Amino acid sequence: MKRLLPLFAMLLLLGSAWAATPLPGDSVYNLSVQLTDQDGHRQMLADRRGRPQLVTMFYTSCQMVCPMIIDSLRLTRNALDPATRARIDLLAVSFDPARDDVATLKSYAEKRKLDPRIWTLARTEPAQVRQLSGVLGLQYRQLPDGEFNHSSELILLDADGRIAARTARIGKLDPEFVQAIGKLVAPPHD
Amino acid sequence: MRAWLTLALGLMLALPAAAADYAALPGGRFASVLPADGKAAPAQVAPFRLRTEPVTNAEFLAFVKAHPEWRRDRVASILADRRYLSHWAGAETLGSEALPRQPVTRVSWFAAQAFCESEGARLPSWYEWEYAAAADATRRDARSDPAWRENLLSWYSRPSNAPLPDVGGAPNAYGVRDITQPVWEWVDDFNALLVASDSRDQNDPDVLKFCGAGAVSLQEKENYAVLMRIAMLSALKAADTTNNMGFRCAKPQ
Repeated sequence: MKRLLPLFAMLLLLGSAWAATPLPGDSVYNLSVQLTDQDGHRQMLADRRGRPQLVTMFYTSCQMVCPMIIDSLRLTRNALDPATRARIDLLAVSFDPARDDVATLKSYAEKRKLDPRIWTLARTEPAQVRQLSGVLGLQYRQLPDGEFNHSSELILLDADGRIAARTARIGKLDPEFVQAIGKLVAPPHD
Repeated sequence: MRAWLTLALGLMLALPAAAADYAALPGGRFASVLPADGKAAPAQVAPFRLRTEPVTNAEFLAFVKAHPEWRRDRVASILADRRYLSHWAGAETLGSEALPRQPVTRVSWFAAQAFCESEGARLPSWYEWEYAAAADATRRDARSDPAWRENLLSWYSRPSNAPLPDVGGAPNAYGVRDITQPVWEWVDDFNALLVASDSRDQNDPDVLKFCGAGAVSLQEKENYAVLMRIAMLSALKAADTTNNMGFRCAKPQ
């Protein structure tokens, strides 16, 4: 325990360092987006600063690609070495705030067995969905039947919220993307 | 009576001097060049109000002064590119390249959205813009008239380095001015227009990265002047700014 104390002190210092350093201009955290997760917790998107994130957008009633997006996130995470895996968080934000309320996100997370310690499924207000898709470079369009057409990508954000890598390969693993995550999170000569 | 008049006058004086004019548009079913379902369904436009004129340099300057995070020397690069307001003389000065009544250009989608929010409005949707732009001076839908198309296309013959005219052109049947000239305008869903309708087909996910991608079926193909706007909007990113992209705002009815 004594040995751990300096580590805690260092973590505390690091934490305050994050808060003190101004955000880089190209960080998605410059956008003010209020997220509500599958447990009803509210959080600003920028509060996720400090740890790298794998981010995507989806919606729960989508039958075709979205399950594959979630599968691809899982697949990607599983392909990481354990040290890297422990240092990233997963975030999936809904395109469909009208239907994806907290309870719907919750039951989806349970059905898909998405561990809440690892996965954040979140909703935000419609105007902010459009803004978030803008900074992430994702496109979507609602159809008259309530479905969405949307681009499907996994995006790697560094600890400051800058887009470090992205992949549009959905449904199977993208080894280059996995490599990019490893390089960002746990550089070999760290 | 006199008391009422005094009150009315007082109220008028209390209103901000530059409160923007909005025109009421009835909406309804609308044959857009972009079918609602990606095939042939008409768009449904709910009644809405639209700014009668594009936002001017003077109006945008007032916004920047009230919201300094949108000054060109302070804005986050992810929200506006390096050309943002670069034709202004300074961060809070218009200068000779940006006259007060000229439409503001070199503004990003994020900046346009923030401006509209500041006056209790939002950006119009593509359908709202296309619907308002379908009118000429007397008719609400003049799109079948070759003269309407000519007018839309004449934009392309204006040299891009020619100074922009002031806002305040002739009103269309809705009382909306300058909607097809002299600047192009951001719409809320600019990045949603050409999402391929078969984007759920994952055989070639790269297809989604490119505008058009040949998948969306476009109606009214003779209206290529309108289609070119869609192609242009779809090619932009939300932080991009261009010499001739401005905006106006919309409100619910």
